Amino acid sequence: MQIDEEVAKLLQLKAQLGGDDGKHQFVLKTAKGTRDYNPKQMAIREKVFNTIIGCFKRHGAETIDTPVFELKETLTGKYGEDSKLIYDLKDQGGELLSLRYDLTVPFARYLAMNKITNIKRYHIAKVYRRDNPAMTRGRYREFYQCDFDIAGQYDAMIPDAECLKIVHEILSELDLGDFRIKVNDRRILDGMFAVCGVPDDKFRTICSTVDKLDKLPWEEVKKEMVNEKGLSEEAADQIGEYVSMQGGMDLAERLLQDQKMSQSKQACAGLSDIKLLFSYLQLFQVTDKASAEKVRTTEVQVMVASAQKNLLEEKLKLITELWNAGIKAEVMYKKNPKLLSQLQHCEESGIPLVAILGEQELKDGVVKLRVVATREEVQLIHNTHTVSLLAHGRMT
Amino acid sequence: MNMLGMFCIRACSGLVGCRTATRVRSLHSLPGITVAQIDEEVAKLLQLKAQLGGDDGKHQFVLKTAKGTRDYNPKQMAIREKVFNTIIGCFKRHGAETIDTPVFELKETLTGKYGEDSKLIYDLKDQGGELLSLRYDLTVPFARYLAMNKITNIKRYHIAKVYRRDNPAMTRGRYREFYQCDFDIAGQYDAMIPDAECLKIVHEILSELDLGDFRIKVNDRRILDGMFAVCGVPDDKFRTICSTVDKLDKLPWEEVKKEMVNEKGLSEEAADQIGEYVSMQGGMDLAERLLQDQKMSQSKQACAGLSDIKLLFSYLQLFQVTDKVVFDLSLARGLDYYTGIIYEAVLTQAGVAPVTTDAQNGAPSEESVSVGSVAGGGRYDGLVGMFDPKGRKVPCVGVSIGIERVFSIMEQKAEASAEKVRTTEVQVMVASAQKNLLEEKLKLITELWNAGIKAEVMYKKNPKLLSQLQHCEESGIPLVAILGEQELKDGVVKLRVVATREEVDISRADLIGEIRRRTSEA
Repeated sequence: MQIDEEVAKLLQLKAQLGGDDGKHQFVLKTAKGTRDYNPKQMAIREKVFNTIIGCFKRHGAETIDTPVFELKETLTGKYGEDSKLIYDLKDQGGELLSLRYDLTVPFARYLAMNKITNIKRYHIAKVYRRDNPAMTRGRYREFYQCDFDIAGQYDAMIPDAECLKIVHEILSELDLGDFRIKVNDRRILDGMFAVCGVPDDKFRTICSTVDKLDKLPWEEVKKEMVNEKGLSEEAADQIGEYVSMQGGMDLAERLLQDQKMSQSKQACAGLSDIKLLFSYLQLFQVTDKASAEKVRTTEVQVMVASAQKNLLEEKLKLITELWNAGIKAEVMYKKNPKLLSQLQHCEESGIPLVAILGEQELKDGVVKLRVVATREEVQLIHNTHTVSLLAHGRMT
Repeated sequence: MNMLGMFCIRACSGLVGCRTATRVRSLHSLPGITVAQIDEEVAKLLQLKAQLGGDDGKHQFVLKTAKGTRDYNPKQMAIREKVFNTIIGCFKRHGAETIDTPVFELKETLTGKYGEDSKLIYDLKDQGGELLSLRYDLTVPFARYLAMNKITNIKRYHIAKVYRRDNPAMTRGRYREFYQCDFDIAGQYDAMIPDAECLKIVHEILSELDLGDFRIKVNDRRILDGMFAVCGVPDDKFRTICSTVDKLDKLPWEEVKKEMVNEKGLSEEAADQIGEYVSMQGGMDLAERLLQDQKMSQSKQACAGLSDIKLLFSYLQLFQVTDKVVFDLSLARGLDYYTGIIYEAVLTQAGVAPVTTDAQNGAPSEESVSVGSVAGGGRYDGLVGMFDPKGRKVPCVGVSIGIERVFSIMEQKAEASAEKVRTTEVQVMVASAQKNLLEEKLKLITELWNAGIKAEVMYKKNPKLLSQLQHCEESGIPLVAILGEQELKDGVVKLRVVATREEVDISRADLIGEIRRRTSEA
């Protein structure tokens, strides 16, 4: 016991000394629910972001950024039950802070702070949620959100339709396979509940039960509505008839004629807007629904290599010419590397071309250019014209 | 969204408060009721309201960001994107990969790495799990990443925000959340080649960013230590004398000498000898001279450093960057983990923007001095070994670009210049001259979007042509595709150049090609 105490004191003292003296107690890991992105993952991520951001820009969106933490009070009371998943910062004598939980509350704060009434903005950034691992195994606690929002008073359904057009463009360009975009309206749901006999105060809770239809069969959803939420079986059956309906503008038309549904003013407003939406979606042409490429982590185009010894100086001169022309190039950090190692590096990194210098070539004023994939070699005169051809990608 | 409503209502709370106060004042005239009692009742009610919380009512909040942090508006984001593209383009040209790490680390990972600065680390609240802290820089996470993945060789860049609870009294104007932009080459290689490439990269970046003239000062930890030794500085005073020498970029020699002698207890003779050396600047020639210097050549350490400086300059000549690089014996930098070459890039143009003393420390303070550091770095061979359980060494050399400093210079430039910073990249506005043409406009814009052209349309069924044109002027959109009934009958679109107001009729079939031609020439 005394020994433990003494050891603890010494460790504490050591920790206090800190600095650069010794090895430290450490565990080599990231925090629970977080992870590093390695270069391969970053390369994939960059491609995805480029596609998505390209689409946002094509539609004239601007972007903003907000701090990773907000004043605790800004986030308080906005997330209901999920509030317990918010990461707080330690009270270190200043303002109380919390890590952002989503990008929407910061967006609303930004609009109010800057008195902005109209904006079309995208925001791609990480958010933080202390998910309970038992409930949501495998879920990350730090993860990206990618939001696009149109704020402002406009004529009905045009911006709404553009959002759907954007989703359609992005999912198509990302080439993830076939997809469907499901559309509904809060007013139609509420109207439907009303005409089916759901009491007003049960709207929300019945709604969250209906939401489970994407995971559970109707039987179980109905059971929950009747047994747990206290809905009459008759009301549940009526809801059941409606929620099985899918379609396009024709369905909205039909429901506007539906004897029961048309009794709800709310539902009719929603249905008219759905019709209007679909008319725009038709104009936007969205009413309808890989070769395993090696993922490169660098974009190097040319490896500057040497076939013999003592050519580092010449390689450095050549690579400088290439860099100055904007060509992405690499050279090994060795005075006398073996040609084989240099070629191997090209294979591993996916570098398509090698510029090989040799003593004879230097005398003749040429450079040997090798295509890694085919192993063909061609001799080129070492002059600014050649460099400029390489720069414009005319060599592959 | 409901949320926006909540924020707006809160923004008016000030007014509500005033009305309440008025009522309270008038109540005060009623017998038996005091302001204090009323305040008490109001407080109770507010507390009750706060307890009810949830989604019901309006909430107490202040419309601001946390101290030391700020939003980036679209203009700032556009400038930021340009800067990143230039910098990342340079990193990629040199074959670097990139990684990303989490915004917080285990507290123990950061403990003991930052010396006195440790008190500036943001901790997360203990909420029953692991103890966490927000990252303070990108170098320690890098070292952890290398050790964790047993990586011995990598050339990587990492651009991300870091967090420091700077004391506002000391460093007024400095941000607590700010970008760092790091480039590092890790691995055992032949001497000075990667070190030279780092300098080449700094040179390329600073040139491309067009910030004006700059100098890159270079020195070496071994030369400094060797110099101290031969000048008679006791071993145990090396560090502290070093940090005094570091102040030469802000203070004149007289004051620095005074601190060395009076505060740090150095002999005046030693201080004078140091003074002679630190006034020296030059290129490869200076390194040569010092290798011949009777005193300096006594230090093996210094000689090793000087030989490497010579080797470095030979490579820099081949890289064509010696014009801006200076071997400067007064460069010291916070030397805690540097083991070899150190360097710092400064802008030579006098005080357009405020200064930062250390490129790694984020945004500038408000004192304006003519010197401005925009990048810094060096070789640090011992850091990764601190993370590796077996103490395996992975030598590293790298540089950190003072990107917040660059942002603020670019923002000032943008403001000063007549040219407008565009926040969107829209090339064509799809407009109408008459009513009831929304359907036709949506059809046309879909063709443009499908062809990859960046286009916008107003979210109005019948907007006035003037409003549409005004929007183009404000947003900097260069072209307008105007639909009209006659044009539709004739199968043409009127294409208008916003800047010149010229208009030309283009056939529907040729429109996309024409737009592409005009926008690529721009």
